[in-house]
Amino acid sequence: MKGRDFRALNLGALWQGLMRDGGAGNRIVPPTGFTAQLTLFSAGAMAFLAVFALALALATGRLAERWSSELAGSVTVRVSAPMDEQAAATQATMQVLATTPGAGQPRLLPSDEVADLLVPWFGPDMPVDALPVPSLIELPVAGEDFDAEGLRLRLQAEAPGAVLDDHTEWRRPLVTAANRLRVLGIVSLLLIGAASASMITLAAKAALAANGQVIRVLRLIGARDITIATAFVRRFTKRAAIGATVGTLCGMAGIAMLPGMSAAGGFLTGLGFQGWGWLLPLLIPVIAAAVGFFATRWAALTMLGAVR
Amino acid sequence: MIEMRDVGFGYHGGAELLSNMTLSLQPGMFHFLTGPSGSGKTTLLRLCYADLLPTTGQMTAFGDDVGQLSRDAIADLRLRVGVVHQDTQFLDHLPVAENVALPLTVSGQPVDMEALRDLLGWVGLSQHARAMPPSLSGGERQRAALARAVIMSPDLVLADEPTGNLDWDMSMRLMQLLIELNKSGKTVLVATHDLNLIRATKAQVAARVLRIAGGTLHLAGADL
Repeated sequence: MKGRDFRALNLGALWQGLMRDGGAGNRIVPPTGFTAQLTLFSAGAMAFLAVFALALALATGRLAERWSSELAGSVTVRVSAPMDEQAAATQATMQVLATTPGAGQPRLLPSDEVADLLVPWFGPDMPVDALPVPSLIELPVAGEDFDAEGLRLRLQAEAPGAVLDDHTEWRRPLVTAANRLRVLGIVSLLLIGAASASMITLAAKAALAANGQVIRVLRLIGARDITIATAFVRRFTKRAAIGATVGTLCGMAGIAMLPGMSAAGGFLTGLGFQGWGWLLPLLIPVIAAAVGFFATRWAALTMLGAVR
Repeated sequence: MIEMRDVGFGYHGGAELLSNMTLSLQPGMFHFLTGPSGSGKTTLLRLCYADLLPTTGQMTAFGDDVGQLSRDAIADLRLRVGVVHQDTQFLDHLPVAENVALPLTVSGQPVDMEALRDLLGWVGLSQHARAMPPSLSGGERQRAALARAVIMSPDLVLADEPTGNLDWDMSMRLMQLLIELNKSGKTVLVATHDLNLIRATKAQVAARVLRIAGGTLHLAGADL
């Protein structure tokens, strides 16, 4: 009989109890002092961490998508030949590439773009034209039927000295790492949620245990389970929501104060929210309130089961 | 109101403390329940407000089988049965007035402040409305408990040794309140082992005296 009654506990009534001013109904449970501070602090700290975990998950997600799209977007062909044969070898390679299935229009990188690529190694003043620098051809990948391995074999046969670099070798591990970081971020969010639920449950159980006599008296004078549970649920849900709101705002402020995104900073300066992404952390207090609501409800119902 | 037929009860599945109890509380009647300490008076009262369930026999409260009541139905039953507990049972963080009004609060009913003041005046606690329960004397606590027991205007008032810790004058003052309640139409059941109190009360109101002896219930007669 008891179990059936508990499961039938009216969530709608609980929610109404949360939304309206508790009034005298809220006073039937004595102030819980230490557990109140504990819940506020823990919810705030967890929300603060959740903001960073969310930012990490979003940033690594963006990074993985960018790298993946770049990985699939184009390949580069490097043509190395003696200086006097360079132009002919490049022309031959361009012809091969132009007839490659699934590939777009090949583009020979002009010498200034090649020079820009070499700046990090040789500095800005190096006379690149005087060096036997290979020609670089960018080839967009336009279709599913693009076969990198087939193209590599064709180049070996028809344009010796041309080497296909499809970036896969060095970028694939980075994409994998970025994806795993995103998973870690999501797992961290889940762990933070679970830890918050555990913490609120423990605090609620402590408060309920400390108020065992109050609960007993309330039952004896005719209080329904919903009435008693609501008094505790309202209190802990509000604490979780308020603590999480403060923690979330602090976390968002911390993220906002990080240096802006720049090419030099790479991934680290990309850690943050972009555009509508800034609204996502605002869900954290709502989720914290929901966690507080259900964790306290579960603890209250379990406790009430021991009181007739 | 409360009907018991061959009801037995034993704690934790042990030997029956009460057995073959047959009882019918008459509406509007004043009842005493007496017997030596440990005979099961409190246990019988707890059965009446479904704090305990019979282990054998059949019991109904206001027509409903107590064993089949849901938790919410038990709560509703307790709003219809005002109980003055032996140890009074207050919420110490609330003042007396809020403790007295607690049944209204938990049942979601508005508190009529005028009626609450009248009730506190009736039990002689007007001056203690804002006092906290631990600061009350034994007699004041019992009267506050009585006020809380009747604030819902229950059909039945149960009092478990309400005068146990009170002197004679204070005991009679409390009994006077219970007699007034009974005269206003309420059914009253008072558990006490104080025979002098029963005799003094019977001088003022027609009362039925039930005695628990040897685990069973008897109607006490002239031997009282």
